Amino acid sequence: MKDFPAQTDVNLAAITEFLWMEADLLDAKEYDQWLQLWTGSGHYVIPVDKQGDDFANTLNIAYDNALMRDMRVKRLQGGFSISAAPPAESVRTVSRIVIDSVEGSLITVRAAQHVTEDKFGRQRSFAMNVTWKLEQTEEGLKIHDKIIRLLNSDGMLTSISYLF
Amino acid sequence: MSLDQTPGGIGTDDLVLNDRVKTPMYEDPALFNEEMEKIFGKVWVWVGHTSEVPDKGSFKLSHVGLQPVIISRDRKGEIHVLVNRCRHRAATVCEIKKGKTSSFQCPYHGWGYALNGELRAIPYTKGYNTDFDKKEFGLKQLKVGIFEGMIFASYNMDVEPLEDFLGNAKPWIKLFMKQGGGYPVKTLGEHQFKVPMNWKIQLENTTDAYHFPIVHKSFLQSLDGEATETFSFMDDDDGYVEDLGNGHSVMVMMPEFIDLDNDDGAPIPERFAELAEDLRKDYDEAQVRRLVRAVGGCGFNLNLFPNAACSLSFFRILRPVSVHETEIRHIAIGMDGGPAAANQMRMRIHEHFQGPMGFGSPDDAEVWERVQRGSAGGGEDIDVMVNRGLGLEKASDNGLPVGDISAETGMRSAYKMWKKVMEQ
Repeated sequence: MKDFPAQTDVNLAAITEFLWMEADLLDAKEYDQWLQLWTGSGHYVIPVDKQGDDFANTLNIAYDNALMRDMRVKRLQGGFSISAAPPAESVRTVSRIVIDSVEGSLITVRAAQHVTEDKFGRQRSFAMNVTWKLEQTEEGLKIHDKIIRLLNSDGMLTSISYLF
Repeated sequence: MSLDQTPGGIGTDDLVLNDRVKTPMYEDPALFNEEMEKIFGKVWVWVGHTSEVPDKGSFKLSHVGLQPVIISRDRKGEIHVLVNRCRHRAATVCEIKKGKTSSFQCPYHGWGYALNGELRAIPYTKGYNTDFDKKEFGLKQLKVGIFEGMIFASYNMDVEPLEDFLGNAKPWIKLFMKQGGGYPVKTLGEHQFKVPMNWKIQLENTTDAYHFPIVHKSFLQSLDGEATETFSFMDDDDGYVEDLGNGHSVMVMMPEFIDLDNDDGAPIPERFAELAEDLRKDYDEAQVRRLVRAVGGCGFNLNLFPNAACSLSFFRILRPVSVHETEIRHIAIGMDGGPAAANQMRMRIHEHFQGPMGFGSPDDAEVWERVQRGSAGGGEDIDVMVNRGLGLEKASDNGLPVGDISAETGMRSAYKMWKKVMEQ
């Protein structure tokens, strides 16, 4: 792997721009473009347990490798899932962005995210802490892992027909 | 209030007919209150699994009907189900979902209770008269029954023995537990979601194969060819739904997976090839095949009136919250002490279909909500039909109806029991 410049070059503004671009794609449900943001080997995870990080050995709400992400997107776009055809509309904000660590080309970033969805004339809100492991590549920032810790992940949720 | 007539003036005979039920079944708040009293207040209700309270001092919160309860294992190892309500002024004595403790203490005035519910200590006792007897103020106890690790509770201390209530469902529960693959069955975590619907819409759905290829088309599309074949039960002619009595029923979708110990010698499916290879490092071929079959789960849904199901490879538990709201838990199960790779695969299979973001459950939740929305304001002029398979059923060895895989036999069984219990 190419050696990338370390911490001094990691720029909060550039990372924020990337996360907002991702949020914009997800609210617009541009999932094909969203899939292109990934490096390929990491996971999209929504754990049940907010504390733990042994995701492989625990039950999660979602634990998607690249294959599962592709299948999930196909399901959401295919028109055969009644909950996703049409899906709830969503509006999200990403804020309180903190760069946790930089190790080589890997940047760990966390942020607060609020999502409000609307369907059947009713609105539901979700609050979550999100951690991204971003990788600096020649094509710019990519997502390696994305871990979404819902405030009530181990409580009573409602079904979700789009991506956080 | 008696249910010879509901407040709306409709009797149980008019609400539940053999081929249909009336729309107020989903809609009438007064009827819901009666159900909480006569069904959830009296019969055996599933509250948990013994693996959720594994040690002395373990506890787990649950519900019976609308009331919060604590499942606790006392110092002698005995399991109790206690109403989570201080006998003084009604505050909950525990708000931690699960854990270990030596006692429960009310945060309001400090009343302390033992794991078996006995009132042990109260602060400032001299404010009570000498005839105050702590024995009279233990946490309210429910009758507890345990079958194959499943814990049931009832408010009715004179309720019939649990084994009598489960009746013909018992052999199916034993078959279901073979998913341990020789290890004890243990819960591996759960998905929880609520749906704006009446609880009986979920009760019906566990015995509804008819919806599967329609509602779950996008799930089926995500499977490989072999797995799709496994789920082709609507096109096969060997599946069936059997009324087991007492409102219980079983829907057999894949007869080849009724008894997981019955190895049919079929090649290990491609999707389990990697797991099998991993298991071969530690197990002989017969045991590898047994574990792989166990990981794949059972081929049937066992619906237990009123709130539980042993569904393919997980426990489905419903909890009525109000006439229009129901909470659902999908509890994953695995092998206690079994190979990590096998339990991992079971969890991945569970995540694929179940829960708020699975490839299956959100579509179920959508159609259930649509049933409730469609029922809104519905009176007596349009009914909810459960007549599929009527006139085509045969009799089982138990003398009860058996319909084809998509027959609404299980729903009719549940509603027959609903009527019987509501009339008592």
